[in-house]
Amino acid sequence: MSAGADVLLEARGVGRDFVLPRQSLFTPGVVRHAVVDASLTVGASESVGLIGESGSGKSTLVKILLALDTATRGSVAFDGRPVAPGRARDLRWLRRDTGIVLQDPYSSLDPRMRVLDIVAEPLRALDVPGDHRALVLAQLDRVGLAAGAFDSLLDRYPHEFSGGQRQRIAIARALVHSPKLLVGDEPLSALDVTVRAQILSLLASLREERGLALLIVSHDLGLVNHLSDRVAVMKSGRIVEQGPTHDVLHAPTHEYTRRLIAAVPTLDVAPPRE
Amino acid sequence: MTLDVNGLSVDIGGRRVVDDLSFSVAGGDRLGLIGESGSGKSLTVLSVIGLAPDEATVTGSIRLDGRELVGLSERELARVRGSQVGTVFQDPLSALNPLHTIGRQIAEPLRLHDRLSKREARARAIAAAREVGLPDPATIVDLYPHQLSGGQRQRVGIAIALIAEPALILADEPTTALDVTTQAEILALFRRLVEERGATLVFVTHDLAVLAQITDDVVVLAQGRAIEQGTVGRILHAPEHPVTRGLVAAARATTWSAS
Repeated sequence: MSAGADVLLEARGVGRDFVLPRQSLFTPGVVRHAVVDASLTVGASESVGLIGESGSGKSTLVKILLALDTATRGSVAFDGRPVAPGRARDLRWLRRDTGIVLQDPYSSLDPRMRVLDIVAEPLRALDVPGDHRALVLAQLDRVGLAAGAFDSLLDRYPHEFSGGQRQRIAIARALVHSPKLLVGDEPLSALDVTVRAQILSLLASLREERGLALLIVSHDLGLVNHLSDRVAVMKSGRIVEQGPTHDVLHAPTHEYTRRLIAAVPTLDVAPPRE
Repeated sequence: MTLDVNGLSVDIGGRRVVDDLSFSVAGGDRLGLIGESGSGKSLTVLSVIGLAPDEATVTGSIRLDGRELVGLSERELARVRGSQVGTVFQDPLSALNPLHTIGRQIAEPLRLHDRLSKREARARAIAAAREVGLPDPATIVDLYPHQLSGGQRQRVGIAIALIAEPALILADEPTTALDVTTQAEILALFRRLVEERGATLVFVTHDLAVLAQITDDVVVLAQGRAIEQGTVGRILHAPEHPVTRGLVAAARATTWSAS
């Protein structure tokens, strides 16, 4: 983060242990350290990428950052206020300023709810004043689902949409209450490549227009490279390296980061000879 | 083994899902089928091995070394599948039986075709597990699928597909569910095994970058049709069909590149 910019989200020395079930009556349960001493900041309007492979602890860390799980050690603050799980009423301030988009647009939308109710849900839950229907329409229009193009779009159900359209609906829901931070947990992984490119540029332009801060959790270096100012690399629960995206991806200092980058398949194939 | 697909069409519920598709792979060559979801690539693979869903109508011609597969009885197809064609699917967990040991599943194709004793089957399974790089093969053959990682399960899937030494290997998104470092290992394993055995490979994926690591030639599918065919280098640098151009542009916009 550049010096002097406001810190929006800050994690200091966060750790999370899970005690695995005992294998026998006479031995204690094994403790698994899912997150170890993780420190991370996201500045206002900053875009940060968190990369790592499955089991690296990145999803556990994100749950702690959003007060969906309790840290065993360390602390998290959002806009200077301490973040910890609690009653929905006590977390309303945090929910108002954050939105989340998950990987799978098929399972993250309630199949029995209409699009209007899905996208308006944060507005109702957070008691946001104003014309909810109008806010929903404006947001759907902004994510590229123009109401005019879909006859009675608002009254449709998720199964009537393609994967890319559902992910747009999920993004509309995450942004309808105008949060300061959007968290994406593998937001493009389930999508076809042409849809990925569209959603990627949508996220980039939303960021530009609104000064939205982004925290993108992904194993996808291409996504993080295109969207993030800074990147943190997680391995076995630890953040092993973090810094400006270009520096980390082009001159990685940690051995694991180098291995990760070398493993990513690229399109660098020579053109055919004439 | 040469695979010739000619005028293949698949209809499901009055809808044409694969439409007049033709391609061929010569013995020892590696061909990629690429397309987005719904392009018909997986159904094409299933049709080749006679595993298209019951409600599907398959017409056209699929020949293995000249032998016509369309119209064969289920029994004859099962024999072709077991002895000449090895198949690897995307999700290794759902492709494995949770109640059987790894060793038993690896040796299954041999038990069906070679009538091996239990001891021989176990020895062959251990050898196959070693060849696909599974750790501690003599122990791992006695474990169950849930005790393995995703990458290890996909190695088991490859061991099963290859143990009967098939001349044709069909792989449908075999690395899509894996982490990137595991994916790199599995792709390297594929390349080595296909090369060593001179097997013919048909590799299905939605990911141009993965395809560029493993095959030389590509067929681009869209809405059940082959819209373009060529070498990987040509498709990436000089795509002709508008849909291919869109795919390549989108891939370049989202894929990691060090340059």
